[in-house]
Amino acid sequence: MATAPIKMNRIGLEPQIYKGGKTTLCAGCGHNAISERIIDAFYEMGVDPKQVVKLSGIGCSSKSPAYFLGGSHGFNAVHGRMPSVGTGAMLANQKLIAIGISGDGDTGAIGIGQFVHLMRRNLPIIYIIEDNGCYGLTKGQFSPTADMGSKLKNGVVNDLPPIDTCALAIELGATFVARSFSGDKKQLLALLKAALSHRGTVMLDVISPCVTFNDHEGSTKSYSYVKDHDDQLEEISFVPFFEDISVDYEPGTTQEVKMHDGSKLYLKKLGEGYDPTDKIAALRTLHEVGRRGEFATGLVYIEPDRDDFMRLLNVVDEPLASLPLERTRPPQAALDEIMNSLR
Amino acid sequence: MPPIDIAPQETATSRSSAPVINDFSIQVATVNGSGSQTANLVLLRSILLMGVPVSGKNMFPSNIAGLPTWYTIRASRRGYIARKKEVDFLVAMNPETAKEDVLTLDPGAAVVYDEPLKLNALRSDLTFYPVPFDTLVTAVCPDAKLRRLVRNMIYDGILAKLLGIDMAMMDQALARQLGKKAKAMTLNAAALKAGFEYAETKFTKQDPFHIERMNETAGKILIEGNAAAAIGCMMAGVTVVAWYPITPSSSLCESLIGYMRKYRIDKDTGKATFAIVQAEDEIASLGMVIGAGWAGARAMTATAGPGISLMGEFAGLAYYAETPAVIFDVQRVGPSTGLPTRTAQGDLLSTAFLSHGDTKHILLIPNSVEESYELAIEAFDLSERFQTPIFVMMDLDLGMNNWMSDGFKYPSKPIDRGKRLTPEVLKTLGEWGRYRDVDGDGIPYRTVPGDGMPAFFTRGSGHNDKAQYSERPDDYVNNVDRLNRKFETARKAVPAPIIETDKDAKIGIIGYGTSHWAITESRDQLREETSVKTSYLRVRAYPFNEDILAFIDAHERIYIVEQNRDAQLAMLLRLELSPERCAKLRSVLHYSGLPIDARSVSDDILAQEGFEVAKRITPASASSMTGGE
Repeated sequence: MATAPIKMNRIGLEPQIYKGGKTTLCAGCGHNAISERIIDAFYEMGVDPKQVVKLSGIGCSSKSPAYFLGGSHGFNAVHGRMPSVGTGAMLANQKLIAIGISGDGDTGAIGIGQFVHLMRRNLPIIYIIEDNGCYGLTKGQFSPTADMGSKLKNGVVNDLPPIDTCALAIELGATFVARSFSGDKKQLLALLKAALSHRGTVMLDVISPCVTFNDHEGSTKSYSYVKDHDDQLEEISFVPFFEDISVDYEPGTTQEVKMHDGSKLYLKKLGEGYDPTDKIAALRTLHEVGRRGEFATGLVYIEPDRDDFMRLLNVVDEPLASLPLERTRPPQAALDEIMNSLR
Repeated sequence: MPPIDIAPQETATSRSSAPVINDFSIQVATVNGSGSQTANLVLLRSILLMGVPVSGKNMFPSNIAGLPTWYTIRASRRGYIARKKEVDFLVAMNPETAKEDVLTLDPGAAVVYDEPLKLNALRSDLTFYPVPFDTLVTAVCPDAKLRRLVRNMIYDGILAKLLGIDMAMMDQALARQLGKKAKAMTLNAAALKAGFEYAETKFTKQDPFHIERMNETAGKILIEGNAAAAIGCMMAGVTVVAWYPITPSSSLCESLIGYMRKYRIDKDTGKATFAIVQAEDEIASLGMVIGAGWAGARAMTATAGPGISLMGEFAGLAYYAETPAVIFDVQRVGPSTGLPTRTAQGDLLSTAFLSHGDTKHILLIPNSVEESYELAIEAFDLSERFQTPIFVMMDLDLGMNNWMSDGFKYPSKPIDRGKRLTPEVLKTLGEWGRYRDVDGDGIPYRTVPGDGMPAFFTRGSGHNDKAQYSERPDDYVNNVDRLNRKFETARKAVPAPIIETDKDAKIGIIGYGTSHWAITESRDQLREETSVKTSYLRVRAYPFNEDILAFIDAHERIYIVEQNRDAQLAMLLRLELSPERCAKLRSVLHYSGLPIDARSVSDDILAQEGFEVAKRITPASASSMTGGE
């Protein structure tokens, strides 16, 4: 019996290579949909899994790196401290492609300090928050991204203001900030592919409903609530550098953003139009949409040209981790010079 | 019965009658932020240039300006460089502490003081030299704004004359200190000269203290332990450094930055062969080091006790997930914020078992600047060999004070990157499991991201030998038992203790780190003053080497000398010793925040041996060390 030829991507790998272990998360969990989009994006972009490092903290979200890119190194670190581990890995080898998976508790509560400083450094990393507004693994307590007035299953109402991780990331200096919804395949895939073309910190907050503890009436992070309150900033098309596709659009209707690697983002304006390169407008929009009780999704902010952390540190192009001894141990003459200066 | 002083040569009568040559201590009492550091280092180096063994210790407040500071310089013809308990020559520049500084001196001491303080009225058993510093400085420094910074150099000139230090050596030391700063050089040289000439015309030498030229310091260097460790890190090929400023460890990373910028920039590209990041806290520092070590870099951080406490969770991750990391702990006095600018050996226990669960770590304990350099290099090799954090336990006394030393030797062996999986190794192994003990030494083979070898999932949660998530009881037990085997392998690989045996000795002394210098001097005191013979074992690492058992067996009583309250090394030892061996252990503990001195060690051992020993007061320890943060 003849079988259909297996589809290969541009580096000759089949989709199967990009899959991971079987998920242990609940059926219907938004995190599983995000894992699938990550698999799609890395496959379609032709990323070499051997160059990828998957990092995470602790929580349901942080388990998910085991469920995609099984051939890549993973590091499930300690709660809220994944940014520092990811930073260290990138310092050691800047040729790596780092993807960090965190949750709203792992980022907004215990990890807020490391999150803040990761955003400031513009380290090349894709940082994804799988955001469901609650602690799943400890059975449904509120997290710091829970909206005011949102209700737990047991009737407890959140009376503290939420942390808007997108607004915070923009304020702190992240150069690619987006928000999406685990149920929006098209938007999420386009954003993930664009993220792979960006050199700098990508902060992607993906609202990802918790089917077990936060998907009920009264929750502002349930599937139905998010679907009804998703305010898309633009319609996103992504054209990778290796595809020769020209996109036609009427002048004034679409914004074109050129990425680091030559890929292009086409942002078709919806409604009044939105410019994601305008930092102040981005922050204003997040506040305005939030005030209406809605979620602004799409590419919120992009600054494609700022130097990333490795460039600021002016390190050699090769991975520091594999520099040979003759380049990392100064010669006898250097030690002699130091000793003489101390006599 | 009145207590008997067992050191009769130090009484006032013997002191004033005979000259004391190259064997005394000078204490300079100033206010911090007054520029006294330059004057003190010039004085220190000038004695070194006279060929006389010398050491300097700074006792400073946790403050930037305005609080009392004491700098003690010890000249010792026999080469003793521990702190000397008694102050022989006081330079009293701080009005706030001057009275108490003078009152705590032993009879026969000499005092140079700022004339308006009128200290000579306080005692009749001291030699006083009043100096009108303000008048002298006005004459040599027309710019009133600079006078404060030059004023202290005058006492160097005074001391040069009174003690007999060659002015050419003073000038040479000054040039070394100020280098190319021409204006500062001119002003300070003038102040130096003014002090010398004032002493020459006004004073008749009445005290017994003299510096005489020797030939004991040829080729010696003067360096702080932190800078020495930094050089070691650079020579070890460190590539990733993450740190957070904390006294007394900051200068380790700061000197490392200086050296790396000079010697580790790629000539062809002008780019750095390293990345140094000032992190947001100690937790992130260790997180970065672990991430970098996991990805194959030689990575380190440096901190002090409060940072070690914060690093607890990450330390357990690195132990359990088996990632290399090098952590310097420049110990200061705890608990809590404690005395941030004072020295202690108080982090031993908490670091050995840092983190929850069954966790234990390898500690290296240098005693000198030379060992700070050598063990820094060793630490990186061990951390990659054993795929685990290595803690280098320094202390403030070692890290922040200037020590005389021989020059450091260029590393003779290539670096050890440990067990890394290569295609060849994989072929012989057949199947690879990240945590599989194929060699029986507890050490598995690892791969790193980007090396093209098989990937694995690193986690702090339970895992089997293939690095897969597991909560199975047998997987857990097998894994932690293997970690124990690895620790036992380390016992033979870490630096062995240094042992000096006196075959007639019934007493054995065990010490470590900077206590070494007081111990070696104390052993001479015990032998020469009371004919008490001792053997000595200096611990250089945890886990302990088995030599320590034979040492304990060979002696009737073992004194463990430590700079902490709770006898932390003794506690660690007791965990491994039989009850018979434990019964031999006694402790000598010093934990005032001041570096341990020989006399305190001798007195304590003699008291426990049944001798009667005089009570002594500790100079400067009681006076005005309060206030500020």
